Amino acid sequence: MGGNFFTNYVEISAVVLFCIGFSTLLFHQNLLKKIIGFNIMDTAIYLFLAAKGYIADSDPAIIVDGILDAGRYVNPLPGALVLTGIVVSVSVTAFSLALVLRLYEKYGTMHMDEILYLSREDR
Amino acid sequence: MQLIQNIPFISIMLSILAGVFCFASKAKLAERLTLGALAAITLMSAALLAELWQTGESFIFSMGHFPAPWGNELRAGVFEALMALAFSVVMLLSLIAGRERIYDDIAPARQGLYFLMINLLMSSLLALIYTNDLFTAYVFVEINTLAACAIVASKDTGETITATIRYLIMSLLGSGMLLIAISLIYSVTGHLLMDHIRASLEILAAKGSYEVPLAVVILLISVGLAIKSALYPFHTWLPTAHGSATTASSAILSGVVLKGYVILLLKIFYRVFGLEFIHQLQVANLLFAFGLAGMIFGSLYALREHNIKRLLAYSSVAQVGYIFMGIGLSTATGTVAACFHILAHAITKPMLFCAADGLMETSGHSRQIHDLKSAGHKNRLAGLAFTAGSLSMIGIPLFSGFVSKFYFATASLESPGKMVMTLLVLALSTLLNAMYFVPVIVTIYAHEDEGLAQGEELSFADQFIPEAEPEETGEPPLVHKSPVSYKLTMILFILLNIFLGCAYGPVLEIIERGLLMF
Repeated sequence: MGGNFFTNYVEISAVVLFCIGFSTLLFHQNLLKKIIGFNIMDTAIYLFLAAKGYIADSDPAIIVDGILDAGRYVNPLPGALVLTGIVVSVSVTAFSLALVLRLYEKYGTMHMDEILYLSREDR
Repeated sequence: MQLIQNIPFISIMLSILAGVFCFASKAKLAERLTLGALAAITLMSAALLAELWQTGESFIFSMGHFPAPWGNELRAGVFEALMALAFSVVMLLSLIAGRERIYDDIAPARQGLYFLMINLLMSSLLALIYTNDLFTAYVFVEINTLAACAIVASKDTGETITATIRYLIMSLLGSGMLLIAISLIYSVTGHLLMDHIRASLEILAAKGSYEVPLAVVILLISVGLAIKSALYPFHTWLPTAHGSATTASSAILSGVVLKGYVILLLKIFYRVFGLEFIHQLQVANLLFAFGLAGMIFGSLYALREHNIKRLLAYSSVAQVGYIFMGIGLSTATGTVAACFHILAHAITKPMLFCAADGLMETSGHSRQIHDLKSAGHKNRLAGLAFTAGSLSMIGIPLFSGFVSKFYFATASLESPGKMVMTLLVLALSTLLNAMYFVPVIVTIYAHEDEGLAQGEELSFADQFIPEAEPEETGEPPLVHKSPVSYKLTMILFILLNIFLGCAYGPVLEIIERGLLMF
């Protein structure tokens, strides 16, 4: 158990980061910090995926010297997944920032409870 | 067969391309493009359904002809074709019925973009239905989330933006859980295609290894997708989002968007893990309990509501509860009933939202139920559609809601441990449905002067009296003129509802066969 704990430190820190991000996104009242929490959460997943794709003492998956033996290279697929995931989270971040900006223009605050209170009066 | 196998890919691509063109064109042209694309997808899905029904086969389409473990795949059977057909029909009808309101509610500069979002939504729903690859599913879940949030936000009032940010935050929590679950599956099995994951999971199950991580994965996926489809304790975002958006958005969100995630969850249960594994882990029981809670609490919240759109939104929470209850019964019949209810609700709720819009139009767009007094006389077709939809929701025979309730009850007989609970909650929820829908029907058919007290208890027979009333009134007060397209869609919605309620046999058979093919 203890040995696993030490060798899997990347995965463990990824899960810890995921939990930090998740709870920030869920519980924090400040919308901007919610978005930061979302980014921490997604980045933690990318760290996890990247760690899964890495094979010790291997080269990046680019054929340079004509070596076609797959065993020489790291697994390139998680890298592709991480890239796709980054694109997704960038667009989600941009969209939520735009929404927060619009809310700030309307209500002058980024505090979720205050916004909910003010929008209830709006209705 | 060769040509027909391209249909899933072509439908997805067609929506995306139509979306790209919408981005560059004016609102009217964008609308035509969108409706055209939707109509084409409807026809193609119908052709696919007919073909697959005749041959009784399902097929896997490899994108770009890359062989299996590396390439990306789409899969289609009769179940997928039926869902694609139903979703595109509902999308088309809701858009036509809500088009006037789209042009009223949304700033002219953004109208074209609204149709772009509709196209993205359609393409992502189709991809969720057809995909055979978990990571593709994740990407399209995110596209679906963004597009769904955007069509809520498009009205651009304080209320809708607030609703959107709540919706977005809850959805992001859900997709975060889905993504880490998919990463965990990938790290355990080394595959992303559903069939290959299934094969390696079977080997793992034989060895008895990795049980805890896989249990965590199933839990994460179930909760993540349950948040997105608004299962009861995670429903908090739904009422404001569906209740404040423009009519077409509300109809589309409640009719099809909620269901896309349920279908993905079903695919993951059936095709990735296999039902035995799910039952072993008691996940089904968890969904069953949440579903039952949703059926009751959704209706209780709806009872308190004076705002008609929020009432309908809370009713969606209850209906999603029904669907999860059916899945949670963990029998084949239960799942078939749940799938039928997906269709029944997809046909009924958009009709109710569009009918409510027609009624609100007669009273200066007030969403308060007491302002809708005698609205049913001013806009008769909307009144009729609202009545039909309500009766279907309550579960009156002839309408689709009855069939699904009947099948839920029948399915519950097969799982003895859950039978009593299911039947009791079904009865209670039917009663609650009647308690909040009947007063609305009475209000919309009340005469201006009468002033019928709201929430008054009514006997069963009273529901049918209002429908006869319009003929008796000497001069109907100011009949509202709604466009022909609106009237046509309302009639089509009612006919579809009655069709599902009467000719349910073949539909149930398609679902049954489709699930067996999984």
